Amino acid sequence: MSKAESTDGTATGVIQSVSGPVVSARDLDARMNDVVYVGDEGLMGEVIEIEGNITTIQVYEETSGVGPGEPVENTGEPLSVDLGPGMLDAIYDGVQRPLDVLEGKMESPYLDRGVDAPGIDLEAEWEFEPTVEVGDEVGRGDVIGIVEETVTIDHKVMVPPNALDDGETAAIESIEAGSFDVTEAVAELDNGVEISMHQEWPVREPRPTVEKRTPRTPLVSGQRILDGLFPIAKGGTAAIPGPFGSGKTVTQHQLAKYADADIIVYVGCGERGNEMTEVIEDFPELEDPANGNPLMARTSLIANTSNMPVAARESCIYTGITIAEYYRDMGYDVALMADSTSRWAEAMREISSRLEEMPGEEGYPAYLAARLAQFYERAGYFENINGTEGSVSAIGAVSPPGGDFSEPVTQNTLRIVKTFWALDADLAERRHFPSINWNESYSLYKDQLDPWFKEEVAEDWDSTRQWAVDVLDEETELQEIVQLVGKDALPEDQQLTLEVARYLREAYLQQNAFHPVDTYCPPEKTYLILTTIRTFNDEAFKALEAGVPVEEIIAVEAIPKINRIGVQEEYGEYIEELKSEIADGIRSLY
Amino acid sequence: MKEYQTITEISGPLVYAEVDEPIGYDEIVEIETAQGKTLRGQVLESADGVVAIQVFEGTSGIDQKASVRFLGETMKMPVTEDLLGRVLDGSGRPIDDGPEIVPEERQDIVGAAINPYSREYPEEFIETGVSAIDGMNTLVRGQKLPIFSSSGQPHSELAMQIARQASVPEEESDGGEGSEFAVIFGAMGITQEEANEFMEDFERTGALERSVVFMNLADDPAVERTVTPRMVLTTAEYLAFEKDYHVLVILTDMTNYCEALREIGAAREEVPGRRGYPGYMYTDLAQLYERAGRIEGREGSVTQIPILTMPGDDDTHPIPDLTGYITEGQIYVDPDLNSQGLQPPVNVLPSLSRLMDDGIGEGLTRGDHGDVSDQMYAAYAEGEDLRDLVNIVGREALSERDNKYLDFADAFETEFIDQGFQTSRDIEETLEIGWELLSMLPKSELNRVGEEYIEQYYHEEDAEEAVAEAAD
Ligand SMILES: Nc1ncnc2c1ncn2[C@@H]1O[C@H](COP(=O)(O)OP(=O)(O)OP(=O)(O)O)[C@@H](O)[C@H]1O
Ligand SMILES: [Mg+2]
Repeated sequence: MSKAESTDGTATGVIQSVSGPVVSARDLDARMNDVVYVGDEGLMGEVIEIEGNITTIQVYEETSGVGPGEPVENTGEPLSVDLGPGMLDAIYDGVQRPLDVLEGKMESPYLDRGVDAPGIDLEAEWEFEPTVEVGDEVGRGDVIGIVEETVTIDHKVMVPPNALDDGETAAIESIEAGSFDVTEAVAELDNGVEISMHQEWPVREPRPTVEKRTPRTPLVSGQRILDGLFPIAKGGTAAIPGPFGSGKTVTQHQLAKYADADIIVYVGCGERGNEMTEVIEDFPELEDPANGNPLMARTSLIANTSNMPVAARESCIYTGITIAEYYRDMGYDVALMADSTSRWAEAMREISSRLEEMPGEEGYPAYLAARLAQFYERAGYFENINGTEGSVSAIGAVSPPGGDFSEPVTQNTLRIVKTFWALDADLAERRHFPSINWNESYSLYKDQLDPWFKEEVAEDWDSTRQWAVDVLDEETELQEIVQLVGKDALPEDQQLTLEVARYLREAYLQQNAFHPVDTYCPPEKTYLILTTIRTFNDEAFKALEAGVPVEEIIAVEAIPKINRIGVQEEYGEYIEELKSEIADGIRSLY
Repeated sequence: MKEYQTITEISGPLVYAEVDEPIGYDEIVEIETAQGKTLRGQVLESADGVVAIQVFEGTSGIDQKASVRFLGETMKMPVTEDLLGRVLDGSGRPIDDGPEIVPEERQDIVGAAINPYSREYPEEFIETGVSAIDGMNTLVRGQKLPIFSSSGQPHSELAMQIARQASVPEEESDGGEGSEFAVIFGAMGITQEEANEFMEDFERTGALERSVVFMNLADDPAVERTVTPRMVLTTAEYLAFEKDYHVLVILTDMTNYCEALREIGAAREEVPGRRGYPGYMYTDLAQLYERAGRIEGREGSVTQIPILTMPGDDDTHPIPDLTGYITEGQIYVDPDLNSQGLQPPVNVLPSLSRLMDDGIGEGLTRGDHGDVSDQMYAAYAEGEDLRDLVNIVGREALSERDNKYLDFADAFETEFIDQGFQTSRDIEETLEIGWELLSMLPKSELNRVGEEYIEQYYHEEDAEEAVAEAAD
């Protein structure tokens, strides 16, 4: 956010009451969602209700000590983000104030109040390279040049969507290569419009597109259970609900590290400070699997932790998705992680209750479902207004009270998202990670993504997956019987199925995020692990049919090596050898 | 400073008064009763002309003739290194007949949030000497790791054991240079008896000299409990980040703190959240727990061990639930294990330390630490599951493999967990016991342990013995 240069005196009101993050003011001339500066310290806030002469404001900073009688100034501008080069490798609070800049300005590790800073550095110079020439006709959204924002990402400088009308074009009057700061004009159109590298966009309004398309490419995550069983598409939506400590954040971090998106926007919404610190410390060191560059070079972080002001927690989701849309407009595939959307919903609830609005289910405001839907609707695979295609994938963690999925945030989210990764406390307790419950989770993108996997990985990708799903289903049924009578009471073939299922769980579904190799598993390896287990399965059942007792089969020495495929860097050879060792070992029994 | 005699309403812990000047949110208030008693409070809401005041000591004795003074500032904690060795009440006033405390600074008790950019990621292993923690749920400096317990359980013993034994091995071997260690103990609504246990332990071990004790006991005003942890944490931050201490904060019992929040919420006729607790309790608790951590460029650290007793031993109750969503893991004290006589009765399965992975391993604890812990978790969980089955079908109906897991689970409890409240084990010892237990299982079952570690640490004899026994 950048502070408005000046405000005219008539836009000033007077504080009437203060209740936590909610302040009401008298005599303030304002529109809904205008940004205002509250009190003697000029705390940033946003107009959220107007009733007669009284304007209600949510304040993005702590309000202790602020009292009635102090002034409120209106900027006349809606809550907006600054868009331009410099957003990658940056860390923001919920209203896009760069936290590193704030640290410097406040000269303290604690967040002070009343300090503002623009979302992008207004003085930094960037090397601008035009991609159009004088005389070229351009429309809104069109790319006119690029700057190298980071080693990984070329930032496309675009005609702002509101600079021209839909369908209107203008000719480039002047444009020049060179070094500019973001406020300087890099081009001028023949209608007099000057274009700089800096745009502003109101966060609560989606950036325009031509249309939403059906997504057909997976967002490959390098996580076996996700890519293999419950894939999400580029431009897709997913929810990760789970009780505390079940692995939501680790899953989100894994996606941020390894998903094959061009840009990652990571929103830490009302969660822990240390988790953001971890990202800040790790990402510059970690390599982007696509190109070996530091991960930070494709990442923008928004950190509004649980102890930071609640109103800025409400806005951080919008700040994040607006930044994501902006990179999408450049034709990039963007993945946005929001951890946790429940904290966002709670921020809405807290403000709503201070406004004394009529509470809906469990105290959440009646508009909860609508807000969640609006957020996820901003994800998708789009044709952009400049003719490029780009996507925003949105992945939200959900933190249901008591781990009970029947609560409103989980339920309303499930109605919208198409991928559901259900985390399970039971699995987490036995350190089965990622503790995604394979019986409850689903992906509605599976069918539309299969052609990609068949083309890129293996022709029998889908049938192999189905085989694994069937074995796991059978295991679930058999486990119920085992609970009653013990494993040894089962017929031999069922005992064998249980053994195969165990390897599916241990070698395929489980994946250690903290192991340097296992943490990332390319789809090919994901597939090969399945085929190895299937080799074991097929050989074992043949042996059983030939009369070999099940104990002897499962005692074959090579079999437990299946559990070590995950940690092999050179997995190709290992798997080939292992398959033949297993086959030979079992065949030697009969 | 103006005095008002304008109280219009008294309700529960709240007093409403009319004022004719602007009063700030959170400002401190003094109320003097007709009997000359002075009570303290804080502004909760301030609208044109009327303020709502929360009175820490409770409103009894206040009538409409009482006079109200607004001090024009928010609540402060006077801080100085001299607080070490002192015992204070829940509002930070000395109650130990010691000398007057001359503060070096007066700090706002509503601490500002630490800028996430200024934090340093916690990764220094704290050796607590407790195997269930060091081996399975490692604590690091700057972590917030609560104890989830229930009434009548020995959570205090565990907390005292940690406070007594905690050390950082690396620094010891460095000759102990580095920062000093301090304990800040914040009691909220606990009984005199429980408080005495802590005090006696502190005095007996000489820990009091490096401690600051804040006491709000069961018969002290409930509303005061909402400021006690803020006093505690303000002192902790001062000692850690300005005086370079490694501070261990023990807060007990967070359940009483939350009850006080609920009481105030009810008096204000707020729309209640789950089970009557305020909808903003997550944010409120986060503002306490997030005050743990490390800050870049500062020597000290604040590590928090909040204790809470789960009503009905139910961890889906809002107090443990919201806590678990904020803290970096949790340690469960389990009534069943307690009645079996295990000391400490820690159930490791639902317990978790989220900062463990970065605090352990080669050069920190030992290379095999993570694998050993993972494998023991998996094996204990499997053994635990089988116990139910054994009750139905008996041991004979189980396979040899299953029987080994059952034996493992039993041995895990008696050998690894049950070390006694007075025993301290170093990490080598803890891991060694771990390997003894893992060696009860065949090597091929140890699929979470690196092959090189199996090579190095696995006890071949134990496995043979186990095989021999099974054959008998
Ligand atoms: N894939 C994984 N591999 C290894 N360990 C994991 C994995 N996923 C989760 N864990 C373990 O589980 C712990 C808790 O995970 P995480 O912090 O992601 O939980 P969460 O669901 O985000 O909890 P909360 O709601 O409280 O934030 C981690 O600290 C880690 O020890
Ligand atoms: Mg989390």
